[in-house]
Amino acid sequence: MTGSRVGSGGLIDRTKPLSFCFDGGAYSGFSGDTLASALLANGVRVMGRSFKYHRPRGVWGAWFDDPNAIFNIRLAGDEFPNCQATTTHLVDGMKARAVNAWPTARADLKGGLDYFHRWLGAGFYYKTFMWPDWRLFEPAIRRMAGLGHLDRNTVAGYVSDQLHDTCDVLVIGGGAAGLTAARACAEAGQEVVLIDDHPELGGGLYRRGLAIEGEAPEEWVASQQKAIRQAGGRVLTSTTGFGVFDHNLVGLAEHRGFSSAPRLHRMRAGRIVMATGALDRPITFANNDRPGIMSVEAATEYLGRYGVLVGRNIALVSNNSFSKPAAERLRAAGAEVTECDATRGPIRALGGKRPSCVEIGGQRYACDTILASGGLTPVVHLWRHAGGKLDWRDDLAAFVPGNPGKSMIAIGAANGSFDLEDALAEARNSARSGSVSERRGNYRITPLWPKPGSKGRQWIDFQHDVTLKDIEQAARENFVSVEHLKRYTTLGMASDQGKTSNMAGLAAMAAIQGKSIPETGTTTFRPPFVPVPLELYRGHNRGQMRNPLKRLPLEAVHRAAGAAMGEYGGWLRPGWYGDKSEEEAIRAESKMARDAAGIFDSSPLGKIEVMGPDAEAFVNFIYYNTIKTLKPGSIRYGFMLTERGIVYDDGVVSRLGPDRFVISCSSSHVDGVNALLEAWRQDGNDPDRLFVHDTTANWATITVSGPKAREMVGELGTGLDFSPESFPHMTFREAAFQGAPARIARVSFTGDASYEVAVPAAKAETLWETLIAAGGKRGAGPIGLEALSVLRAEKGYLIVGKDTDGETMPHDLGFGIPRLKKQTEFVGDRSLHGEVAKLETRRQFVGLAVTKPSGPLPVGAHVVDIREGRTVSIGIVTSSYDSACLGEPIALALIERGQARVGEYVKILHLGETRVAQVASPCFLDPAGERLNA
Amino acid sequence: MQLFPCPFCGLRDEREFQFAGEVGKTRPNTSEPVSDADWDTYLNTQRNEKGAAREIWCHLPCQEYFVMERDTVSMDVFGAIALRKDPS
Ligand SMILES: [Zn+2]
Repeated sequence: MTGSRVGSGGLIDRTKPLSFCFDGGAYSGFSGDTLASALLANGVRVMGRSFKYHRPRGVWGAWFDDPNAIFNIRLAGDEFPNCQATTTHLVDGMKARAVNAWPTARADLKGGLDYFHRWLGAGFYYKTFMWPDWRLFEPAIRRMAGLGHLDRNTVAGYVSDQLHDTCDVLVIGGGAAGLTAARACAEAGQEVVLIDDHPELGGGLYRRGLAIEGEAPEEWVASQQKAIRQAGGRVLTSTTGFGVFDHNLVGLAEHRGFSSAPRLHRMRAGRIVMATGALDRPITFANNDRPGIMSVEAATEYLGRYGVLVGRNIALVSNNSFSKPAAERLRAAGAEVTECDATRGPIRALGGKRPSCVEIGGQRYACDTILASGGLTPVVHLWRHAGGKLDWRDDLAAFVPGNPGKSMIAIGAANGSFDLEDALAEARNSARSGSVSERRGNYRITPLWPKPGSKGRQWIDFQHDVTLKDIEQAARENFVSVEHLKRYTTLGMASDQGKTSNMAGLAAMAAIQGKSIPETGTTTFRPPFVPVPLELYRGHNRGQMRNPLKRLPLEAVHRAAGAAMGEYGGWLRPGWYGDKSEEEAIRAESKMARDAAGIFDSSPLGKIEVMGPDAEAFVNFIYYNTIKTLKPGSIRYGFMLTERGIVYDDGVVSRLGPDRFVISCSSSHVDGVNALLEAWRQDGNDPDRLFVHDTTANWATITVSGPKAREMVGELGTGLDFSPESFPHMTFREAAFQGAPARIARVSFTGDASYEVAVPAAKAETLWETLIAAGGKRGAGPIGLEALSVLRAEKGYLIVGKDTDGETMPHDLGFGIPRLKKQTEFVGDRSLHGEVAKLETRRQFVGLAVTKPSGPLPVGAHVVDIREGRTVSIGIVTSSYDSACLGEPIALALIERGQARVGEYVKILHLGETRVAQVASPCFLDPAGERLNA
Repeated sequence: MQLFPCPFCGLRDEREFQFAGEVGKTRPNTSEPVSDADWDTYLNTQRNEKGAAREIWCHLPCQEYFVMERDTVSMDVFGAIALRKDPS
């Protein structure tokens, strides 16, 4: 007989039985059980296999400190990987399987790996699989190691809520100390939040099992909770403080049932009271990883909280005074307990999957269960997250919180005050100064650390199979810093992140080197304190909630016209219209635009106004091109560069008046350009003589382009004379459209005469309908972004970010004059004359002509050359289309010395296929520009 | 996550801010010759101080550029002043 349920006691509800499966066997437990407590109550001991050797493992701990029992759980059709059996509460119908074991944890076929352990020591993988190439071995090794497997299906509705909250005092840990501190602070008028990771408050009181301040544990806990609430305090149970971040931000994960995503609270606390308790640490002895060996703390926790007696015939191996009350507690529940002094000599467990006896200093004690306690280790993780130091205390043989943090104190067992009376005294003080009272300290311990050179396999990290011998080997190979030791042996890198193994590991290294434990030091404590699903960080911060699409005022109109809407640079815009295939629609629209006219929604084009007495000098400085000579009413095309001389954006500048400009940057760059302008405005200029204002969303812009465009805008009723003489290319007019202001600009992104008509967004629909009606009579109609892309490529008009990359400078694009001639300073000027800018091998913007039968070139294909027998990339295809107007495919590219290569044939390589193209001017259509005024 | 004091909006979460540069770095006058070395220093060299630092930050929602003094080790923030009002 091993584990069994006792008749009464614990926090479980014996009137609510629950059924579940584990590794194919059917079991039952009670509401309030964890999977681990329910399995123990059913006599199950082997709950997992170790990571490397597939050794059978039972539970060591009863809560977050267990590294052994990790399950994949299926519930209601959903699969959840890597659930800790000791912290997962039982739900009716759960089907659990131990990870890293097949077919079951009890009969794992890979258990034979253990016989090869001599060859599988620390660094085995690094040393063995380097030749010829680690990547050959990696897939098989990853399959053999690893924990739970992922299901391909997502769990519907598994979304974390994220809350932002504040409080005066956050008390972390709802044991005796935390409850007392929370009550004291709340009654002193402070706004208190108390959290505990268990569903019930009380912490270690249930395993202690004795009255506190004259009340039974459950009653005392209820009275404290009531008092806290009455004083205005808040209590969050099933909530883990998983990390302390800068400026007293504490991450709280609130569990909300097994199949639900936890809820994230970002709690900004004025003060943090850390009452996180202490953990029992393992003793390092031969075969200390066998199932049936667990911590004293865990055994009393299983009894006190879950009503489970973990064994009948118990050997309790301890080096400290706290095991005596535990032994009494277990005896009272019906176990035979032999108390053994762990410091008497070498320890060895005998027996296979179930211990038969423990041998200490040559003396054997028969047992079915071994409980071990190597002393208490305060849970100081959050203290270290906050940057607090640790002090070593010889009398406790433990690290305790050192210099008090600015706004954080530790109390109770977390502070090394293991005696209840001391803990309560500290807690009561926490409302006031936070000063720590004098500790009496009944806790007595005889330090007991791993002894290098000991016989047998002595486990330090249970999950990752790191033994004392591995640590000795790491020391021999000079991995002596604890951080190197950790990475070389994987000590402390298991899912418990060293909660059970780090103290023994660093004590072993200290002993090997003849140093003290504080001299050896600890590894870094990093959040999260316990594993949390990535979903916790993601929450609703996804998709449209993270990066919402920008929508056009005319979206409904486009949809009614049969538009296929797509995302273009963050905007939802019409790609093409109608029921034809994408390819056919694009061909038809681009042909219509060349033959008659195309009408398209260009509302996303930037409209950033720059105003004020210093506006002219400012815009002239921001632009690569000279702007100060621009006349009011005129428009100029230009580039904005970064200080590194890289092309950041292209667009047109319109001058509304002496002190007023409109910057029409690319649709996808509006926010970036606006930020860039604002940065230069406030840093280096007088912000009272210069204003930048983004009006993009105020205006809707419809563009008409093509031979019939002039006639069509003539029907808008603006009274303007649209003849080329009085309204030439690259000018604009301010007018009125149906009583609203309108700006009409003659610029062209197609090579045909084009008019951009901007009106207040509220007038957009009327404008659209008027232009559609005017176009209908002339064989013109709406075109989408795809056709527009073809039209601009036919003219060799580039798109920054598509036809340029992070190295492109303006002279690579054929715009070299301002670099040589501009007289005044501008952003990026000096970089255009640096060593890199002057290289003759720069990639330049060109066109590529291909013969029709082979079709368009793939975008992203490499232009290649053979140099010294090797194929090297000398450029890249940036845009490529099948031009309906020209009757053949066209492409744009960035190619080394491209401008000098015009006329040459080059090789294009893509996914192993080679093609040939002829380098050409990027302008394929109407190089003389006659269509602009046709 | 830190809290930074925007001179215009008050204490806000650090995710609303963007680092803009270290205080004291002025753009070389490019209307006169600037050596490669000086331009390179301007583009690439940061003091990246450990401890007390004076930096320019931008609060993205209101677009205020300001000088913030803080400690890059302790993460203490000592104060902030709008860039236009900074005497240095
Ligand atoms: Zn602000």
